[in-house]
Amino acid sequence: MRARLRRWALLGFLGLFILFLYGPTFTILLLSFQGPDGGLTFPMNGVSLHWFVRLFQQQAVGDFGGAMQRSLALATMVTVATVSISLSAGLAFRRGFRGADWLFTLTVASLIVPSILISLGIGLLFNQSGLDPTWYGSAFGAQLTWTLPFGLLIMFAVFNRFDRSLEEAARDLGASPAQSLRFVLLPLITPSLIGIALFGFTLSYDEFARTLLTAGSDNTLPLEIYGMTTNVTTPVLYALGTVTTGVSFVAIGLGLWAMRALSRRPAR
Amino acid sequence: MRLRACLPWIQAAPLALILGGFLLLPILVLIVVSFFDYDSVQILPGFVLTNYVDVLGSVTTWRIYGNTLRYTAIVWVLTTLLGFGVAYVLAFEIRDRAMQMVLFLVCTVPFLTSNIIRQISWIPFLGREGLLNQALLRLGVIDAPLEFLLFSDFAVILAYVHLYTLFMVTPVFNTMMRIDRRLIEAAVDNGANAWQVLTQVIIPLCKPGIAIGSIFVVTLTMGDFMTVRLMSGGQSASVGLMIANQISLLQYPAACAGAVVLLAAVLGMIAAILRIVDIRREL
Repeated sequence: MRARLRRWALLGFLGLFILFLYGPTFTILLLSFQGPDGGLTFPMNGVSLHWFVRLFQQQAVGDFGGAMQRSLALATMVTVATVSISLSAGLAFRRGFRGADWLFTLTVASLIVPSILISLGIGLLFNQSGLDPTWYGSAFGAQLTWTLPFGLLIMFAVFNRFDRSLEEAARDLGASPAQSLRFVLLPLITPSLIGIALFGFTLSYDEFARTLLTAGSDNTLPLEIYGMTTNVTTPVLYALGTVTTGVSFVAIGLGLWAMRALSRRPAR
Repeated sequence: MRLRACLPWIQAAPLALILGGFLLLPILVLIVVSFFDYDSVQILPGFVLTNYVDVLGSVTTWRIYGNTLRYTAIVWVLTTLLGFGVAYVLAFEIRDRAMQMVLFLVCTVPFLTSNIIRQISWIPFLGREGLLNQALLRLGVIDAPLEFLLFSDFAVILAYVHLYTLFMVTPVFNTMMRIDRRLIEAAVDNGANAWQVLTQVIIPLCKPGIAIGSIFVVTLTMGDFMTVRLMSGGQSASVGLMIANQISLLQYPAACAGAVVLLAAVLGMIAAILRIVDIRREL
């Protein structure tokens, strides 16, 4: 009896934590369908798509469409760069090289240095050297300092568990190193690479602090949202929240689905 | 053959170049500019210590550091308790492997969604006419709406815990999954009760995970400025916010001096954590 009570209490605790995590987001999802006369809090004043329509009218809330496009383009660039640079560096660390410890420390440091410092440093670096900060230049680099450490740590986790005898078998069968990489290693680690891509995309798409002083004159979506928090007092803010969270969830869903599908694929 | 010997360096070069150009170099710039002078319109290259004298000599700075450290301490305690508890339930109470992975994902997915939106989403809940006040009024617990729920220290800490507990759950869950279950059986066979298993077997073995989570929580809280600005409604200050304000006033050298001091403080705290717990096994 006591054991069952304990188990239910612990499961209840987990349930409450999940409610705590998702409850608020769910609230604004509901409120974004507020009627045209509704306000920022409950009760719902009817149900409508009014605020979503308002969101897409350009004058209402700054340059939402442009910011969205830039954010998606930037997230795609960051994804491609994060996957290829992490994979390449992961292979290097696996073989070992002089200075590996040093580079690893630097990568971990990249996670730990407060974002605002990186933002400020890169902003100043560009200004002082006469370059214009842009979302596809300085902000791109700034975001990589946040996504690459995650990418590399995932590569480490993958290679720690990787069965080297598979590659030895390929070599014994006469495969060149390039063939072994292409036909043995890459197919096996593809699900993890998709995991890295998922991190790269979603972290870039939502990145705020590192982008703040590095994006130059054109805002990315999080910067646009941040601007709105100070001057928009209608549920259009929640509509934006619903749309952007929806984009994240689509990306996460696609990523997880692809990881699952690929790791189930029977070996050829 | 020469090429093969150089290959790892070529493969590691992109990472090294990006981190060199967008991490090391910017921090060097921060350090250099922190010694520059400035007036109301521009930065004046030079070597002065006035920025550091201003930062370290002002009572306001010390008060703001005190406030930030207070936030950090409270948030660290709360995220550690909550994160450990959630990881414990996931690792030891959920026996079904598939269910375990699903619930772990459920607990970590919000990390991949927008922080700003997750903060904004507290407004309809905590506001003066928010859900919590409405519920409490209806239940007759209070006669007037509670004002301290939104735009207060309470809201700031709640938002931090909401955002950062995931950074504790993940590493602690990882260490817990690596604990050899036979150790726990052995402890039980030797007469340990659940509490003793927890405090004398599980917690000591989870220390590296707790340390990694702590490093995340401490550095994120110490360097934050957005949460304080959004959730305190301008009524509280933090070190990050102070730096952000100096940036918006274009006082770059002052902001850089503040940034260098913050970096030193954060690195000092991480060094302290690493002295207490050895995390090398985890990496």
